Amino acid sequence: MKVLKSLGVHAIILSAVAFALYPVLWVVSLALSPNEPPGAIPWPSDPSLDALSEVVLRQDDEGTYLFLMQTGASLLVAFATAFVAILIATPAAYALSRFRFVGKDASLSALLATQMFPGVAAAIPLYLLLDAIGLIDHLGGLVLVYATTAVPFAIFQLRGAFDGIPRDLEEAAMVDGATRLQAFRLVVLPTVRPALAVTALFAFMTAWNEFILAATFLSREEIFTLPVVLQRYVGEHRAQWGHFAAGAIVVSVPVMALFYWLQRHLVGGLTAGGVKG
Amino acid sequence: MTRALAALALVLASALPARAEPIRLWHAYGGAEEAALREAVREFERRTGEEVDLLAVAFGAYLAKLESAIPTGRGPDVFIDAHERLTTYVDAGLLRPITGDVPDSLPPESLAPLRQGDALYGLPLSLKCAALYLNTDLLPETPESLDALARAQLPEGTFPLVMEAENGYYVAAILHSLGGQLLTDEGEYGFEGEAAERTASWLAARVSDRTIPDEATGELVQRLFASGDAAAAISGPWLAPDLPEGLHWRVVPLPPLQDGGEPLEPFLTVEAAFAASQPEGDERGNAEAVEALIRFLAGTSGSRIRATVGRQIVADEEAWGDSRLGHDEFLTTFRRAASRARPMPTHPRMRMTFVPVQRALRRVLRSGAPPAEALATGSRDFADDTRPPPAERDPMPLLLVFGLLMLALVGWWIHKARDPAVRLAIKHSIPAYKWVAHAFLAVAVLVIVPLLVGAAVSLFAGRGRDLHYVGLANYADILTARGGDLLGDRSFYIVLLVTVLWTVLNLLLHLGIGVALALLLNRPKLRFKGPYRVLLILPWAVPSYVTALAWKGMFHRQLGAVNAVIESLGGDPVSWFAHFGTAFTANLATNVWLGFPFMMVVTLGALSSIPDDLYEAAAVDGATRWQRFRRITAPLLVPSLAPAVVMGAVWTFNMFNVVFLVSGGEPGGSTEILVSEAYRWAFTRGQLYGYAAAYAVLIFLILALWTRATVWVGTRSKRRAPVGATT
Repeated sequence: MKVLKSLGVHAIILSAVAFALYPVLWVVSLALSPNEPPGAIPWPSDPSLDALSEVVLRQDDEGTYLFLMQTGASLLVAFATAFVAILIATPAAYALSRFRFVGKDASLSALLATQMFPGVAAAIPLYLLLDAIGLIDHLGGLVLVYATTAVPFAIFQLRGAFDGIPRDLEEAAMVDGATRLQAFRLVVLPTVRPALAVTALFAFMTAWNEFILAATFLSREEIFTLPVVLQRYVGEHRAQWGHFAAGAIVVSVPVMALFYWLQRHLVGGLTAGGVKG
Repeated sequence: MTRALAALALVLASALPARAEPIRLWHAYGGAEEAALREAVREFERRTGEEVDLLAVAFGAYLAKLESAIPTGRGPDVFIDAHERLTTYVDAGLLRPITGDVPDSLPPESLAPLRQGDALYGLPLSLKCAALYLNTDLLPETPESLDALARAQLPEGTFPLVMEAENGYYVAAILHSLGGQLLTDEGEYGFEGEAAERTASWLAARVSDRTIPDEATGELVQRLFASGDAAAAISGPWLAPDLPEGLHWRVVPLPPLQDGGEPLEPFLTVEAAFAASQPEGDERGNAEAVEALIRFLAGTSGSRIRATVGRQIVADEEAWGDSRLGHDEFLTTFRRAASRARPMPTHPRMRMTFVPVQRALRRVLRSGAPPAEALATGSRDFADDTRPPPAERDPMPLLLVFGLLMLALVGWWIHKARDPAVRLAIKHSIPAYKWVAHAFLAVAVLVIVPLLVGAAVSLFAGRGRDLHYVGLANYADILTARGGDLLGDRSFYIVLLVTVLWTVLNLLLHLGIGVALALLLNRPKLRFKGPYRVLLILPWAVPSYVTALAWKGMFHRQLGAVNAVIESLGGDPVSWFAHFGTAFTANLATNVWLGFPFMMVVTLGALSSIPDDLYEAAAVDGATRWQRFRRITAPLLVPSLAPAVVMGAVWTFNMFNVVFLVSGGEPGGSTEILVSEAYRWAFTRGQLYGYAAAYAVLIFLILALWTRATVWVGTRSKRRAPVGATT
């Protein structure tokens, strides 16, 4: 009985995995054999790494490996975005969870409202703004824009996490003589690590996959982010889908690695430990 | 923390631009054409000592980038683009006329499309037009006409001809040979009447007798011809680099439609190097060097390089004197074809004809509508897209109302601030403000202000940058369906209905699948947890602009995997994007696939923060698995999932990528959701930015109302719940 049940669980999960994997295999198959369409079973009959190596090993006239620099630029932007977004959002989310203050409800509504307005409308005003502060064509400008875009969601996500932590936890610490800031840093923050991890991952993805702002703001090839690089394989008349797909695979590897690494933060009863301690 | 910040600032600062003033050249070339341009530019640098910075811009962002960069002085000095966008660029003030000498070797007919009034705005680099590719193993003889192709003896399963039969660019060649035009010289829509009907009927007949495959995209044209499954293809010079080495083929200029008729006359595109304008007072003072570069690229030496390395059909006549070029069959054939082609009109309305034409052709070819009727809908779409903007209005009333509102607001604040209780409350709030101030400042400056500016555009109308104030006319137009049927085609209300259906179904499936998988993965004794988790977030990890295209490919009528599966099970292939139900399902499947990992991850995070001892205590009390879920898991999940659900709803409501990339609104714009409809008005239906902005504001208002309502319902139901009913 138990074995059957366990088999059933695995069967359900495996079918979900198949559903998740199928289109990805399609992309992989396209990357490995650009000249034949993937069939019902997406497996390349004559695999070659040409498209992949052309994308990854592209050099400019001086012999610099552009793709490597661009990967570096992308990683820098995405990690900085995650870092800055968390840095800005965490204290605000904590205050919104713990304090009562004038204008709290209004600011919550304003934060939610930012998510509802289609972002394309802001591209040209943002361009002028970044130009005015000299951050156009600069990765710093991109980080600033991405991080602030990610902040409202991060605040909501983290506020939910703070709400889930009993107030007794930091109140006990404060009775023991800790300041509010110490209680926050030493007691509260460690318990919301899973939420911080998910939120950071999310901010990372915002920056990692964005195309239109990056393409508009950046004008030097060596600091292009990867979505901009990939989009170049789709021209007006001719699209090099094999190259596009090969690049896409490379682009998704860091996200997978990051997720795998963050898993240990996602599992394990951290909150329980905090309560017991 | 401070050290980390300083390090970050240092790293960011090191990416600062430092180089001084080379000539900036932007292009959207790839492959051999890019290599050729590079080589020509290096040659120019060697000869003149000037320095040139090349930038390859993604075609998808080319216009947006030029439009925002050139007026701020950060744009290129020279950029390469097709002549048909000339009027758009001139109207936007992005170009500067060429004042210096023009090389004699450039023929006048390739210069004419680059003139506007008395001014010449660019020099022609290469000519592009369609021709007929023949597979010489299957068709050793040149066919006399396209109909002759249909009669050719070919192996079973081989299409005689593959062409993009729904694309106005290629269809125009047939239309021209029958005496029609897509756009008349006066800028009127031309794809109706006798010539257009004959064109559509001919295409419908050839699709139904399997001479031409149906629903052919550029990709299908390439695949079928490259694999030898099509004996001939209509395409431009851009097809050649994608043909495999073993294939035997040649090109000929397009033949007539029927034996003895007029030869087809394809559109001619003149790719040119344009000199970009420079903002007043911020001139770079390099006009001469810029023109020298343009002259070199278009002139004989530059042309030789571009033709030999990049396989371009160069405009320069002297370059063809080179024996290598003069005897190159591919190049000379395309040159001959170009000499018979018709330059595409530069009228800004030209680009706006393609979508209505495509829509009309799809009605004929996919739904079997009678040509006359289907072509009339194209004409109606075009009239709607190009309708004159609302009349200009006096902005005074609005400014007055706005000013009064502001005064009232300030007065109210002052009144409240006098209340000692409020003062005390504010004083008590100060510690909290220290925690939130930086976040709100950042969000206000970088998110809210740009969005407000975007929203303000909704009070203006006009095309491109030529805007005038019209008050609330855009809103009135949208809400009254522009005077048409409120439940008719393209009406705001219909699109809203589709959007709501889209959001609800997506959310239910995201939540259902995401939570169920998270619960299964959270079982303590499950093996392979790690690998499962990673495999299941794959859809989230691979960029959605790629996977959305993969899904579109999977739903393709002939090449798609979904139809392959259906056929292997004995069913008939489905034309997924021909009906609302199936097209909507295709979008839904894609977005469910993209979205469930997010809900799963959020649920996993929430589950992991539920203390184990709660379950242990419940197990001691003898609670069943279901009771534990009902009494512990569910109540504790709801608060952590609530923000994700609200956000998920908002994002799904505005999920542009999937709708745009998978169904593209097919059939006939019926699967469009509000945000993609707004995008269409802004970018494919002739740059009605004000109208699109009004759509965006309406989207915002709907979502704001909806979230208000959910919060209200949420607090009411909480209040009603009896104390102590949970846990």
